[in-house]
Amino acid sequence: MTAARKQGQQSVIFAHPPVLSAWASIVGPKEGQGPWARDFDKILDDYLDGQSSWEKAENKLLQTTVKTAVAKAGLDITEAELLLAGDLLNQIISANYAARELNVPFLGLYGACSTMAESLLLAAMLVDGGFFERVVAATCSHHYTAERQYRAPVEQGVQPSPSAQWTATASGAVLVQPGGNGPRITCATIGKVVDMGITDAANMGAAMAPAAGSTIQAHFADTGRPSDYYDLVVTGDLGTVGMKLLKRIFVQHGIVPQPVYSDCGVLIYDGLPNVKAGASGCGCSAAMLCGPLLQKLSRGEINRLLFVATGALMSPISTFQGESIPGIAHALAIENT
Amino acid sequence: MQEAKSEELKSLEKKEYQNLVNQVKPKPPLLKNFLWAFGVGGFICVIAQMLLNYLLFRGMSETDAGSSVAVVMVFLGALLTGIGVYDKIGEKAGAGSIVPITGFANVIIASAMEFKREGYIFGVGARIFSIAGPTLLFGFTASVLIGLISYWLK
Repeated sequence: MTAARKQGQQSVIFAHPPVLSAWASIVGPKEGQGPWARDFDKILDDYLDGQSSWEKAENKLLQTTVKTAVAKAGLDITEAELLLAGDLLNQIISANYAARELNVPFLGLYGACSTMAESLLLAAMLVDGGFFERVVAATCSHHYTAERQYRAPVEQGVQPSPSAQWTATASGAVLVQPGGNGPRITCATIGKVVDMGITDAANMGAAMAPAAGSTIQAHFADTGRPSDYYDLVVTGDLGTVGMKLLKRIFVQHGIVPQPVYSDCGVLIYDGLPNVKAGASGCGCSAAMLCGPLLQKLSRGEINRLLFVATGALMSPISTFQGESIPGIAHALAIENT
Repeated sequence: MQEAKSEELKSLEKKEYQNLVNQVKPKPPLLKNFLWAFGVGGFICVIAQMLLNYLLFRGMSETDAGSSVAVVMVFLGALLTGIGVYDKIGEKAGAGSIVPITGFANVIIASAMEFKREGYIFGVGARIFSIAGPTLLFGFTASVLIGLISYWLK
């Protein structure tokens, strides 16, 4: 019998921590104006990127990112054994069509904006379990495809609420391998769906913050690590409103000392004018992880990162039917060992 | 009993959280928004009024002039939507640019532009009134009802 790898209620510890051997991120023009431009692999010149529709542009974005990540590891795309990917659109079309073109065995995932953590933790489990040796975890989002599905036509003149977030046009992909050089995933915590009754679709940070709080609390409880263990705890896309709320939740749940904490949705547009509450979207946390954050880890500027991608599991249909917005968050400990 | 209690606790927690959210949530800059809405909405109405006065001055009847002004304003709203200006105005002006008839043109043209890539039948045709639809349906219904009432009262 193998040693128990599950620890506590919701966490897993990796016996042989899988390595993030290569990663890539591509962002849109707006994200490229932010402070992290030099850490992304490519910045798109425009939102269509030579395609005939935004959906096709998003599909190309994901494809290119996966190819770039695999190429950076010195491998050909045919050598990738499995692709785990998802996106925000109905029937996860960006991931499905990207997988059609890439011709790699594929498992499609939906975790809204938490998809980067979901795909990465599954990739780590499959690699640590000895099933695969080259697994790619990836996700993407595109501002205009998300806008038309979740909100209003682009040219419609609406006034955004100050708590509204801007869906990032961005993507990230990571290659997970059992050995080699690079930061390793040491443990992970799978989140529960938490719903505190928020119905305002223009305030998704508030809908997701309790889920992030629940997962982070479970992570520290399960692993027995002190709350200041990590050099940085980063959430996916809570934005300025959700970030403030999560800091209050840390105090309420007794997560002290306060972790060194930030949020990808706040960081990605840091310093840009007129961004309201910051960014959202699968690509927001994915590009921040597969660009600036992993870069910082590999340069040794930080050594212990807790990456907590957050997702608002909403649909326009359930919103119109008066349902509140459920949130989810998964945590991954990524460390230089 | 246990279950009823935990339900109660849960709804209390939710209420508490909602209060916290209301504390933290940024407040919209109301005065600034009001001024923008007033300015832009007023400006659109001034243009329409000037056009109306001009048409009346040129000897058009009052009903004809009113209809012509509506046609011109809808055209202007559609044009500004088409060249990508109206959404920028709307971001600042809010209801100031939604309430006038130009705003009605905006939601129709914006929908048409949005769904063109899904074709003319199932894209533009099926979705063009996806936002203006309720206004049309209830507007027509109200006008029929009011018409009937005025007919019976006479």
